[in-house]
Amino acid sequence: MKSPDFDYVKPTRLAQALSLLAEHEGEVQILAGGQSLLAMMNLRMSWPKLLVDITGLSELRTIALQGPSLRIGALVTHAQLLSSALVSTHVPLLFQSASHVAHLAIRNVGTIGGSLALADPAAEYPAVALCLNATLVLQGLHGERRVSAQNFFQGLYQTDLRAGELITAIEFASVQANEVQVFRELARRRGDYALVGMAMALRVKQGRIDGARLAFLAVGDQPVLALKTMQHLQGQVLRELALPACLAGLRSELIPKADLQAQSTTKAHWAGVLLSRALGAIGEGVA
Amino acid sequence: MSEHMMPVHFWVNGEAVNKPIPVRQHLVDFLREDLGLTGSHLGCEHGVCGACQVLVDGVLVRGCLSLAVSANGKTVQTIEGLSERAEFQQLQKAFLAHNAFQCGFCSSGMLLSAYSIVQDYPKATRTDIRELISGNYCRCTGYQSIVDAIEEVLIQNALHAPNPVDPS
Repeated sequence: MKSPDFDYVKPTRLAQALSLLAEHEGEVQILAGGQSLLAMMNLRMSWPKLLVDITGLSELRTIALQGPSLRIGALVTHAQLLSSALVSTHVPLLFQSASHVAHLAIRNVGTIGGSLALADPAAEYPAVALCLNATLVLQGLHGERRVSAQNFFQGLYQTDLRAGELITAIEFASVQANEVQVFRELARRRGDYALVGMAMALRVKQGRIDGARLAFLAVGDQPVLALKTMQHLQGQVLRELALPACLAGLRSELIPKADLQAQSTTKAHWAGVLLSRALGAIGEGVA
Repeated sequence: MSEHMMPVHFWVNGEAVNKPIPVRQHLVDFLREDLGLTGSHLGCEHGVCGACQVLVDGVLVRGCLSLAVSANGKTVQTIEGLSERAEFQQLQKAFLAHNAFQCGFCSSGMLLSAYSIVQDYPKATRTDIRELISGNYCRCTGYQSIVDAIEEVLIQNALHAPNPVDPS
């Protein structure tokens, strides 16, 4: 199928892009990598009257350390994330997750900002952002807002982005010396949409877990934190962790939504498989 | 209602394109219908099958998920242009030798991925190759021979690569 007709503008300055978004509220879409948007338009699931192509705004393509955090521009592509030493060193969770995003050609074009703005429940970056409680930097005509990932994702393809705003960057706290980050995902083929996926960050102090963050993707309308399991892990001696108790706890709190790929109980089982694999990898020190 | 048009200027296989085109047209429709370059194929038109792949400014992209107007100011290379290059012909010969063309529908997209692998992942293993072509569907299911062909070219290139200088 082909997209219906629309108008197209490619601004060269951010201010111009923001004016266009404000002026055409309700009938405009931002074109970043377009690897989901153009497919949805071809399938006629989305029909904006105007596309504002922001790929000319080169200031949104940078990755830079800013004090204790790594700031990643919204237009940074999956391929750029995968070739960045800054990302692999400072946000290993994001680096690991990027290798699960789509396939070669799509990774060359698709962007982190686009993925976060779309908020697909089976996408990797929203779960990573939630796990690390990253900060999204949103820019509108009237200024900048900073929103934590915990407040940003609000439902199926629903975010806190308001009309006239765009994501300019996302900021992740740099991984700590005593922190381990692990991303695991099950998919039929690498790069396909996740059957279920998991992002975990554990801080360990003198052998005890001192801060556990655990987020799942492809289990519902939006990425979710496994709050009870996080609490259960807190304070435990990593080497003496009783896996069955962790899994039972996870099963009691995580009730995935069935989808075309699997029923709820199957997904719940897979979530447990991922958790045990991740904890096993940490135990062996090969995460 | 007439559709929105935009004047563009870009290069396809070294030749300049200079004309107004409909903004809703994706790159492969433009290549096929306006320029008659029918080597890039259209399978799914939503980014799943990989038959439409082309290079834009040297980077592998899905042609169906690229607007033709987004190529403004850029260089586009299709299977027709790339087939002039010796390193691309090497892949085509290996595909032929391994019977990696069956119905041929996926071949141009598959060759574009193979070309990216040869350029960017010269040390790819068979497992890597399988993962790197996982975005291309071959509905004849001829993957085994496609992987064989790509692997053979990587091995040929490794054998003919200049020997690393002995540091001692």
